Amino acid sequence: MADPILETHGISKAFGALHASKDISIDLVPGEIHALIGPNGAGKSTLIQQIAGALKPDAGRVILDGEDVTALNTVARAQRGLGRTFQISALAMEDTVLENAMLGAIGASGKPFHFFRRALDQAEARAVAEQALEQVGLTENMATRTFELSHGQRRQLEVAVALTLSPKAFIMDEPMAGLGFEGSKNLTGFLDTLRHTAPILLVEHDMDAVFALADRISVLVYGEVIATGSVEEVRNDPAVRTAYLGEEA
Amino acid sequence: MTRERMVNAAMLLILIAFPLWAWAADEPFMITLATKAVILALAGVGLNIALGLGGMISLGHAAFFGIGGYAMGVLASHAQNFDPILEGPFLIEGTNSMPIIWLTAIIASGLAALAIGAISIRTTGAYFIMITLAFGQMLFFFAISWPAYGGEDGLSIWVRNEFPGLNTLDPIQFYAIAFTILCAVLILTARLAKSPFGLALNAARQTEIRVETVGISPYKLRLIAFTISGMITGLAGALFADLNRFVSPTMLSWQTSGEIMIFVILGGVARLFGPVVGAVLFILLEHLLGGISDYWHIYLGALLLVIVLFARGGIIGVLAGREAKHG
Repeated sequence: MADPILETHGISKAFGALHASKDISIDLVPGEIHALIGPNGAGKSTLIQQIAGALKPDAGRVILDGEDVTALNTVARAQRGLGRTFQISALAMEDTVLENAMLGAIGASGKPFHFFRRALDQAEARAVAEQALEQVGLTENMATRTFELSHGQRRQLEVAVALTLSPKAFIMDEPMAGLGFEGSKNLTGFLDTLRHTAPILLVEHDMDAVFALADRISVLVYGEVIATGSVEEVRNDPAVRTAYLGEEA
Repeated sequence: MTRERMVNAAMLLILIAFPLWAWAADEPFMITLATKAVILALAGVGLNIALGLGGMISLGHAAFFGIGGYAMGVLASHAQNFDPILEGPFLIEGTNSMPIIWLTAIIASGLAALAIGAISIRTTGAYFIMITLAFGQMLFFFAISWPAYGGEDGLSIWVRNEFPGLNTLDPIQFYAIAFTILCAVLILTARLAKSPFGLALNAARQTEIRVETVGISPYKLRLIAFTISGMITGLAGALFADLNRFVSPTMLSWQTSGEIMIFVILGGVARLFGPVVGAVLFILLEHLLGGISDYWHIYLGALLLVIVLFARGGIIGVLAGREAKHG
């Protein structure tokens, strides 16, 4: 297997007596979708936050493209190529769709500190933003204010903003959340092609999407990875069946 | 032309026509009133960058207003006493040149904003309000207990400072200076709001985590915005002191911070012309109601209550509709 883009080595995090992450080591290799599943409260969000830089692990390391980024904050990790989408859309609701995408493109360009040029006239950044919007199918909504978008369109915009960063790895926290059947199907199709741009660490509750997309699945229960493997392996793993799928082994 | 632009243009026309009328009618007091409104508007435009664009509710902008005022007072008082500020190791003399005073005011208030911002911006919400208030009060009490520059009594400057080629004691000429500066700052502010920096700052107000996730530090954005904001309010302070030919600790008091904030809220937070409309209305009310009762602030309070409860976009919001931003 190729060298991983993103790795965690023995990440642990406790909140008082609650061990949210116990010695977690997972990785993400080029071209794959690695799904992270687990029941509510298993520690998926805590793990994502430690990978993205919002939380510091008590122990362990996070490696991005060969570089130890454990000590870096969210901003620095984003600059080094981590593209994240949120479970609950984190978008500038008063701004237009294009402005949200431009924010990503401007951030990626590393030149947000221009004070007198018009943001929307920045040709390079604008091209990046428009291309990302086209990829997710929001071209017609560019001038729409974000709060006027449907829930599904906001999910698409989340992905588009991450795309503008041309990241080395995507972290997507429940991108399908709240999408209807049609929306899930479309986004599943899109993510399927996106893995070739950059690998995706996917946290998702929609099992149809996970089974359709994932090259590998890691199952997290009570802060521990109890299994990692292909869809088939994980489906047939007795520990997973007991702990997660709720079946008698 | 959007409705907001029309409201803005109307406001500008009033600010041109009214002083010209007063000048023709030989009403110097009215010109001075308009000058006061324009200078206070400038202070509000400064605060609006922090408050409207950056979402930083600063109750300490009197600090920058006062520093600008004292920059003028210190430089001009040394000039009028022919007493250098510093003799060794090198000579610094006072001055009564407005451009030098403005530059000093901008630099001094900018440095203060940078220092105060660097600490305050680590906090949010009520803590940010309290910490900016605390810094403002620190400077207020410092000024009161600083006998070299008048202490509690303040500093009087006998003659208005000079601007090359103009007679600054002529009210209409001084008005022209203040109005030109306001227009220039409005143009810069409008550009700032539309720039990549403005876009990111505005986004950080709405969703901090998103801005971090695209690799931009919200702290840095806010600190720069706060500094620019302080510089503009400081410049307004220098002009205000020059208008009155007097500077006192009152300029640094928290009531002054509150008034600057009232201009912004009255006119419309995050609206380019919000503070301008707010300051003009404030001066108008002060002049009209102040003549009726010493307690005119009661009516101002009632108006503010109505605005906050029913018109969150301020007067501009009422006139131009809610959604348009920075026309």
